[in-house]
Amino acid sequence: MATSMPPRTPLPPLRVPGQPTGGPPPKKRRANESISTWRLTDRIGYFLMWAAGLLVVAIGLGIVGFMAIKGLQYLRPVLLTSHPQADLDQSKSGGFFDPLVGTVLLTVIGIAIATPIAVATAVWIVEYGRPTWLARVIDSGIEIIAGTPDIVLALFGLVLFQQGIFGWMSFRAEDGAVFGRSFLTAGAMMSLIALPMVFAATREGLQAVPAHVREASYGLGKTRAATIRRVLLPSVKSNISTGAALGMGRIAGDTAIVVVLLGASLRLDPEGGIFGILQGTGGTLTSYVYNNSPAGEGNAAQKAYAAAFVLLLIVIGLNFAVDAIARRGARANGIETSRLGGS
Amino acid sequence: MITNDERERRMDPEQQSSSGAVPPPIRRIRVDTSPTVAPSRPTHAAETLRPTRGAAGPERMTIDGLSVFYGPKEAVKQVSLPIRQGEVLALIGPSGCGKTTLLRTLNRLTELTASARREGQITLDGTDIDDIEVTALRRRVSMVFQQPNPFPMSVFDNVAYALREQGSKRPSRKVLEPYVVDALQRAGLYDEVAHDLSHPALRLSGGQQQRLCIARALAAGPEVLLMDEPCSALDPKSTAVIEDLILELRESLAIVIVTHNLQQAHRVGDHVAFMYLGDLVEYAPGDELFTNPRAERTRDYVGGVFG
Repeated sequence: MATSMPPRTPLPPLRVPGQPTGGPPPKKRRANESISTWRLTDRIGYFLMWAAGLLVVAIGLGIVGFMAIKGLQYLRPVLLTSHPQADLDQSKSGGFFDPLVGTVLLTVIGIAIATPIAVATAVWIVEYGRPTWLARVIDSGIEIIAGTPDIVLALFGLVLFQQGIFGWMSFRAEDGAVFGRSFLTAGAMMSLIALPMVFAATREGLQAVPAHVREASYGLGKTRAATIRRVLLPSVKSNISTGAALGMGRIAGDTAIVVVLLGASLRLDPEGGIFGILQGTGGTLTSYVYNNSPAGEGNAAQKAYAAAFVLLLIVIGLNFAVDAIARRGARANGIETSRLGGS
Repeated sequence: MITNDERERRMDPEQQSSSGAVPPPIRRIRVDTSPTVAPSRPTHAAETLRPTRGAAGPERMTIDGLSVFYGPKEAVKQVSLPIRQGEVLALIGPSGCGKTTLLRTLNRLTELTASARREGQITLDGTDIDDIEVTALRRRVSMVFQQPNPFPMSVFDNVAYALREQGSKRPSRKVLEPYVVDALQRAGLYDEVAHDLSHPALRLSGGQQQRLCIARALAAGPEVLLMDEPCSALDPKSTAVIEDLILELRESLAIVIVTHNLQQAHRVGDHVAFMYLGDLVEYAPGDELFTNPRAERTRDYVGGVFG
């Protein structure tokens, strides 16, 4: 141990130009940090941050407000329940019941395929992850899927599902050529849109489970499989739900895959019961909005607005669900989280 | 620029004068004088339950020449210790001295660390622990951790989790209930949770959570209970409750406890082992080690000189 310290000469108080020195401290004000003591650049930065935040809020409110005004103006309950008709006369062209069903159906198929694959992958990466090179390859694989534009995924899906062995997923022409467009094929490609989100949320949740919780389970003589099934998966339930809700929002909002792989038709294919519908083509709210907007055939802007407003409500609803799930999950686990919970 | 904090300090007359004075003297550490061991006062039941010496039961586990390596680093060096039924073995020592590693090796939890390697022999009732199937071993040598870590399920399910076999058939709640209740009673938690066994375990208080973890560990029917600083995250009252519990459990189990709290080691430890940098420096009955340590390092440590 050191015997003694060399004698220390105290430094004179630091003097900074522009700062008042000496004198009694201001009496009335509590010694809180005041912006008036900040550097000019810091003050400018502070106001820019405020401005940026307010701008984002304004844009969001603007979109919702505009869509609400336009949409509510033309939205009638009958539009939600009547089938669309191809008719030049707008009073006879019906509603968007079929696209609404199409959106729900496609979202359910997509998330039903994506969730088990994403969760299994995340569990493998976090709990096993050996050999390391394979974990890295899988990680980049998911990054590639996440980064691929949806139109590229759609074209890739079209080529893939037109192969003979996928004939059961859509239907064949008389010469044996596979059509490749159906709810099943579009849903399979849509699952790739949701997969990275569910994967990321699950992995994050698993990584947040402390090592000693796993060890507590192993320490009770439990196998790895039992630990994953009974301890880890229940722990990350809310993370999985969050990721799934986010992914559903992405699927519901995607257009490219609907146009290329679902046919973007007005009506569902009513032949052959449920499986017939799944093998048939259809459309969603996104393709309906596109087709009816001035960018598409463009002769039914009112209906496009109404449908777009419904779509917006669905996606916003999913986002609120994400927030609620995350907060509830955090409460159930006794963890305090920020209000932003979500992603 | 200066923050308000700095400005205030500069204006504080006391600070001004003290900064001009001689720096405060550094406490000199004297190793040549006899250590001052704080006299233990009977503060709670753990004291009155102090063991009668020489009543130790049969040797359940034997550690023989154990070395543990993390990569090239030797965390535990050639340690040999007996673990006897009916007594508490307390492992003490400064941070990083290998006591937790030693504890985790006893039920092969170190095997979860990829870089860990082990030499030497550990036996449980005469059988090498490497020859016991690992899940069976961990049910016989159970562990309680530093952080209370109940699983995110109900109180009942937490304890039942330890009982349920991994086979295809799961015993029903009715079959399990008496065992769960028994484990909760042994851990001294039953009276507090009896009204609602389906209460989420994570809503319990820290001390209750830790006793739930002890109940969970007891439910597996272990012969040896390992405790890794079980009270370090708890308040003094919960600590006292758990220390009483340890002394009660000692009758039916062999207990090994790692602790940073020397008073706690003195209160609950029938034998105390002092480790330093991976070496076992001294192993002696608790009273002896604290009042009359043989090794100089032990004397320094229990005297509170380094830590």
